[in-house]
Amino acid sequence: MNLIARLSERSWEPASDRLDLSHRPSAGAVGLAAYAAVMAVMFSLVMVAYVMRMGLHAAMGHADDWVAMPHPPLLWINSAVLVMSSVAWEVARRAAERGEASRAPLLGGALGLCFLGGQWLLWRHYQAAGYYLASNPANAFFYLLTALHGVHIAGGLVAAAWVLASRTLPHVRLCALYWHLLLLIWMAIAVLLLLT
Amino acid sequence: MATTLADDLRPLHHPHSWVTRYIWSQDHKVIAIQYSCTAIAIGLVALVLSALMRLQLGFPGAFPAITPDNYLQFVSMHGMIMVVYLLTALLLGGFGNYLIPLMIGARDMVFPFVNMLSYWFYLLSVIVLVAGFFVPGGPTGAGWTLYPPQAISEGTPGHQWGIVTMLVSLAIFVAAFTMGGLNYVTTVLQARTRGMTLMRMPLSVWGIFTASVMGLLAFPALFVAAIMMLFDHLAGTSFFMPTMQSAGAITSTQGGSPLLFQHLFWFFGHPEVYIVALPAFGIVSDLVSVHARRNIFGYRMMVWAIVIIGALSFLVWAHHMYVSGMNPYFGFFFATSTLIIAIPTAIKVYNWMLTLWRGNIHMRVPMLFAIAFIFTFIHGGLSGLFLGNVSVDVPLSDTFFVVAHFHMVMGVSPVLVIFGAIYHWYPKITGRMWNETLGKLHFWITFLGVYAIFLPMHYLGILGVPRRYYALGQADFIPPSVHLANQWISIAALAVFAAQSLFFFNMIWSLFRGPKADPNPWGAASLEWQTPQTPPAHGNWGPKLPIVYRWAYDYSVPGAERDFIPQTEPRA
Repeated sequence: MNLIARLSERSWEPASDRLDLSHRPSAGAVGLAAYAAVMAVMFSLVMVAYVMRMGLHAAMGHADDWVAMPHPPLLWINSAVLVMSSVAWEVARRAAERGEASRAPLLGGALGLCFLGGQWLLWRHYQAAGYYLASNPANAFFYLLTALHGVHIAGGLVAAAWVLASRTLPHVRLCALYWHLLLLIWMAIAVLLLLT
Repeated sequence: MATTLADDLRPLHHPHSWVTRYIWSQDHKVIAIQYSCTAIAIGLVALVLSALMRLQLGFPGAFPAITPDNYLQFVSMHGMIMVVYLLTALLLGGFGNYLIPLMIGARDMVFPFVNMLSYWFYLLSVIVLVAGFFVPGGPTGAGWTLYPPQAISEGTPGHQWGIVTMLVSLAIFVAAFTMGGLNYVTTVLQARTRGMTLMRMPLSVWGIFTASVMGLLAFPALFVAAIMMLFDHLAGTSFFMPTMQSAGAITSTQGGSPLLFQHLFWFFGHPEVYIVALPAFGIVSDLVSVHARRNIFGYRMMVWAIVIIGALSFLVWAHHMYVSGMNPYFGFFFATSTLIIAIPTAIKVYNWMLTLWRGNIHMRVPMLFAIAFIFTFIHGGLSGLFLGNVSVDVPLSDTFFVVAHFHMVMGVSPVLVIFGAIYHWYPKITGRMWNETLGKLHFWITFLGVYAIFLPMHYLGILGVPRRYYALGQADFIPPSVHLANQWISIAALAVFAAQSLFFFNMIWSLFRGPKADPNPWGAASLEWQTPQTPPAHGNWGPKLPIVYRWAYDYSVPGAERDFIPQTEPRA
């Protein structure tokens, strides 16, 4: 039954009598979908703030204070690691759907950890090159976005540890989905950083 | 084997010791009570702060212990505590937790462990908030809106540490709320028992559900704003901080936008009004219907109105910023969208009144509070029409008119519903009945008292008396009647303040000495009154989940044997 039909049910009439439990997705999937909405709102708000803040100083008639950051190769390497991690989780999910044992979750988790390590190196790299947090709004937004994303990756690693311990199909499925979502958010962040 | 979900085979988590039953509990009812008690405790702190403010305003200079800095700190903490830590936590964490599983026929929330974490994070946020009173410089005095640059600039009370505890506490609160909110939303979508279609849910559940969805989408804005301001304050970034001069020297920050903060804050702040209001709308619908022995008028319309109000409330945030400076076309857009919300809201108000129309009204204490809510809500809604229009808002901005408006519409109204709801569900929660006389006395003093407090404030506002001022001093536009009104308001406020002890005495005394309550003392049709035990036991429903055959509002059905038919009763 579609949503509009469900929301226009005349529940006071005897004709509305239905006892069937229509098929429901798992609670975990619904919870994750809701959390995906939360993440989407949070990251898009920061990105909107990023764009607003970028042109602001110039729009007020001052000298432009926004100095874009360079894009070192590490940025690309980290992105590639995250893509591979996501692919590993997809492989793990497909294996789990077929009921096969697979080492892919371990690989996915390890690559996630590598990504976090890579991000840490990226921060160190920028620090060494003099791109400090407070020295420019572009830097501040970069650190803020990567930190927020990193915290979510860290949360994903905890979930991955859980999956490695239990290895049940619904858990692998949810973990893979979460990983894809984080990749999507990272791609949005990376595009924003590369374009500006 | 008892399971959490209607269609799930996972066994229900069972507590084994006193600690897992009452402290680290995963039972939604225990968590609800923990949430409620914590929220009411911190709410009492905010109530005391308001009494201190009224002492200063009514009798300026009579209490030298209240300094101007203290006054601003009281204003700020009172506002933030009441809106976030009391109302949001009590309506969603308290009533949401207690009512959702019972009203939809579930054994518990779908993620009981996350639900428990949610409460403990909330408690942590309250502790960090209270720590603000004890840090050097005291809590922040930046106003509850915490606008930068003043919130973190020298000259504002608590600009050094108080603001940090406030922002950290808010960030923790958002984490706590997100965990709770995911639970409420998923439970409503997933754990409804057989026969409980979406449109058979009581309106309380609809209100709490929609408010939870809104909270999930609105609180991230507050979270982001808090983190960014922490960066500005502790790390010297310039998200919000413009170039400033301090003691003749240019500060290190430059180019940040205070307006950016205002947008983020109100993108959270306006939906927050409805996060508080929608559960109250839902609960009041149920109270009105049960105690008037009539089905709610226009049930579908009520559900749609809740959803539409929730959606529209994300499109109106800048009406809080008319005086911050904006393109006139934006002002026009936000004024229009604001006034459009009046349509679904008016539908709800008419439907409440049409439910009462020719109903068999029982003037019990919960009903008194529900009807009082309709008064104060209409009142606050009408003054909102003034403030929603740009040209009328500009002269009224930052006056007591605004204070009167928002206290009527989102302070007093939800609090009246909360009182009504506590009186209504107390027999189910505790298994005991409260004292009717004390309850009525509490109601009349509170209801007449809040009018004595907030009605004169409109007059002060129209005269131009500014809000957030420690003392008015000498000004030509302020006649002597203003001081008289201020004294009167303060005396009324202290009377209402004192009258709340009746409520607490009644509730605590009845807990031990009240007569045993009937399992369904009001003759209500919804599921939570049909539990096998009162108060409901762990797992709520005994060996078998209830099956729902009808909607929650079968009252005074012609030909029926009683004047209500429980949702669990099959159709003939």
